Amino acid sequence: MTKSLTAATPEIMSSKLKILVPVKRVIDFAIKPRINKAQTGVETKGVKFSMNPFCDIALEESLRIKEANKGLVEKIHAVSIGPTKAQDILRTALAKGVDTTTLVDVGEEEVEPLQVAKILKKVVEKEDSNIVILGKQAIDDDANQTGQMLAGLLNWPQATNASKVEFSGDDVIITREVDGGADTLKAKLPVVITTDLRLNEPRYASLPNIMKAKKKPLEKLKPADLGIELAKKLETLKVEEPPVREPGVVVASVDELVSKLKEFKAI
Amino acid sequence: MLRSSVVKRFFSRSAPRLDTLILIEAAGGKISPASLSTISAASKIGQPITALVAGTQGAQVAEDAAGIGGVSKVLVAKDSKYDHYLAEELAPLIKDVVGSGYSHLFVAASAVGKSLLPRVGALLDVQPVSDVISVESENTFKRPIYAGNAIATVKALDSTILASIRASAFTPAVMGSSTAAPVEEFTGATTESGNRTQFVSEELVTSERPELAAATRVIAGGRGLKDKETFNKLLEPLASKLNAAVGASRAAVDAGFCDNSLQVGQTGKIVAPELYIAVGISGAIQHLAGMKDSKTIVAINKDPDAAIFNVADIGLVGDLNEVIPELTSKL
Repeated sequence: MTKSLTAATPEIMSSKLKILVPVKRVIDFAIKPRINKAQTGVETKGVKFSMNPFCDIALEESLRIKEANKGLVEKIHAVSIGPTKAQDILRTALAKGVDTTTLVDVGEEEVEPLQVAKILKKVVEKEDSNIVILGKQAIDDDANQTGQMLAGLLNWPQATNASKVEFSGDDVIITREVDGGADTLKAKLPVVITTDLRLNEPRYASLPNIMKAKKKPLEKLKPADLGIELAKKLETLKVEEPPVREPGVVVASVDELVSKLKEFKAI
Repeated sequence: MLRSSVVKRFFSRSAPRLDTLILIEAAGGKISPASLSTISAASKIGQPITALVAGTQGAQVAEDAAGIGGVSKVLVAKDSKYDHYLAEELAPLIKDVVGSGYSHLFVAASAVGKSLLPRVGALLDVQPVSDVISVESENTFKRPIYAGNAIATVKALDSTILASIRASAFTPAVMGSSTAAPVEEFTGATTESGNRTQFVSEELVTSERPELAAATRVIAGGRGLKDKETFNKLLEPLASKLNAAVGASRAAVDAGFCDNSLQVGQTGKIVAPELYIAVGISGAIQHLAGMKDSKTIVAINKDPDAAIFNVADIGLVGDLNEVIPELTSKL
């Protein structure tokens, strides 16, 4: 498999980019989630949902690649794996400028990253994608896994936490945010890239484009249509509130602050 | 109780061996504090711990790793292709090592660990557990979700268990605290990586300050510091005085007050120092996710309604330009 990929590389590069952007519907980032009474998860009824912010950045990047490199991008396809309502964020993606979309409707069940990666692999094959750009993590499960797993399943290069993506000849050059600063990697297509916050500032969809997006293609599939049977490998036993901190004190002066710090044995 | 169940399993199954594999990360020949915390987390399972060291500096690092309390064996994969910890090269190696007989693989939830572990998971068809803050049993862990607003207890059903460990939740294991464990070279790698990724360069931020993620004291600045000059002028002397690391909110990083690598929060560094001083930081959910487990939190802000005061042990409402220099001089 490795051999055939290497051999195919020049061919892929001379053809155009077919970008796949996976997007996830999550509870809006500004909302503080409440844990349900049964302690099995968080309350989702009547809560505002939006596109995961990192997915929005991935989407923006794919649009910018298309705009900045005339003729390089053949198509941008957005995919979401989630409940029926996830089609709302695909409409947003269409309004922002992606060409086509797929909703893989999994119902209300949460799907683990490995399952998502397996579904995405099927979509990559179906759409003949050669670059996948996705958010570095979803702000609900905070797993930070899907992109790396997809790259592993496909045996493609992976560049995580990208803060800059450039194309140079046959190479993709990616600057990544790492613990001590930044590093730069060079990879051959096909490639999986996950986006950090710093990569770009996502655009808003205009009203006319939102109207137009209603007529753009949105394909609906079930996991079974892709030959995937969902199975859980992690069992959530309980979801609970984090420990609550003791109320603090407000001091009136720096002297008082210093003496409190001593009292707390913090200095 | 945990031990007895482990023993029972040990006798009722032949493979995989109940042994935890840890990836040791090192920079400049020095083992990362996050890896030491990972060893502490692994020791909670009560099984032997094998430390895997990869890269050209492997032999030197292995010697240090062998002396860490709890480590029973060190494996070295000494090859330049493992330098820079490219997941494309390391994941196949780790797959082979795990396949040689390990029940658990723990890595630090660092940039390297986060990039690597899921790829290993894909190769082994295992769903890893990210960012573990508590080891409840050999297969049950606690991890924060929703930016730390909820704590999930999850049981891993896979036969091999993969987890990344949040360093700030575990006290680092001590170097040189035990007699040297045996060091072996791992030569059993058979999986071809087919790697098509190359390391080009890195730009690391140099600082005389302690490393942010491992510091016992952190001074963090936010938008309230107005500009880069004020950020440095106010925070550096205070950080010097307290021998603290400097951190920042996303707003401060986005405004260019300091480097991205100093960001504390859900998507930046997670810290839990003894003392966290938040200066001019409002306290958004995403920032709190990165620091609310600090032992003592001090908030200094001119806005008495700032959310940061809800988590602060000590709060002071005032003008940063006056308060910070005064505090620095009085410490």
